[in-house]
Amino acid sequence: MVRALAILLLCQLAGTIIQEGTLLPIPGPVLGLIMLLVYLIRTGGPGDELRDTSQGLLRYLGLLFVPAGVGVVTELQELRDNWLAILLGIGISTILGLLVTGVLMNMMVKGKADA
Amino acid sequence: MHRLLPEPLFHVWVYLQTQPLLGLTATLCVWELSRMIDNRARHAAWSNPTVLSIIILAALLLASGTSYQAYFTGAVYVHFLLGPATVALAVPMYANWPAIKRHFVAIIVSLSAGSIVAAGSAMLIAHALGAPRALVISLGPKSVTTPIAMGIAQNLGGQPSLTAVFVMMTGMFGTVICTGVLRAARVHDWRAQGLAAGTAAHGLATAKMLMLNETAGAFGGLAIGLNGIVTSLVLPVMVSVLGF
Repeated sequence: MVRALAILLLCQLAGTIIQEGTLLPIPGPVLGLIMLLVYLIRTGGPGDELRDTSQGLLRYLGLLFVPAGVGVVTELQELRDNWLAILLGIGISTILGLLVTGVLMNMMVKGKADA
Repeated sequence: MHRLLPEPLFHVWVYLQTQPLLGLTATLCVWELSRMIDNRARHAAWSNPTVLSIIILAALLLASGTSYQAYFTGAVYVHFLLGPATVALAVPMYANWPAIKRHFVAIIVSLSAGSIVAAGSAMLIAHALGAPRALVISLGPKSVTTPIAMGIAQNLGGQPSLTAVFVMMTGMFGTVICTGVLRAARVHDWRAQGLAAGTAAHGLATAKMLMLNETAGAFGGLAIGLNGIVTSLVLPVMVSVLGF
């Protein structure tokens, strides 16, 4: 588990160094994700340790969002002042996003078998 | 809170406010409690352990007059794991690599289009209704999975904690409406349904797809990671083009 955590942290560290060094707008952990994905494709997949640790971490993803989410207590006024903009913005955009991706993908893969 | 406490306990309370122990313990205990509630509710659409935990902890902070900073002193140890968890998304994405490769063009085109429309319309609507810039920017990455969305908001000058709330709201709304909207639009292909759910409403809607169909779940899963990458690349450009 320690080795797998070290790999994940190394990817995040490398991504963060690149992001800070180049001022890319992509978050460091996302660059780390891309690097790890390229590495996995090149080497033919994760070992048992990396796979188990990653799955373990992702199983508790819901817990990891909690501390940031509780930050809502510092934004209550902001939410109250803009509730209509937030509700309409999120509601309409989520429906539009679903429709665009769903309809396009449905058109493009119709009749094609899966891998 | 302090008015209710006798003097010695008040000192303990003040001491604990400066230590990580209380915030961390509260986070884990409330999470376990929320999981129990979620199990009792049989994972109904309204019941989500993350949302329940946030509501309970926020209520506890407000009721006890504890500052978010004092709470975060402990919660930061949980929060820190979001970084490695984001990197770990590469593992399930690799598992779906054959499917991604086979439908590469279709996936990239439909995912990018949906991602741009969702982020753009959310920001334009909020801007038109008079929301301030930081809030508009924080809405941009709301369809992306939380760890990535917060990083994007931070980089663009948004408010990561607002983004976390918007991501959660998007996920809950998307979970409730996704099958109805897609059926009404005659999107019957499971791959398309899963990709749309994962792109528009990340892990929460994907979890629902996973219950309906395994293929839909797999495409939802890969949409979460890919949309994170696409949005981090595209949103900075959109923000400057739209002039926010």
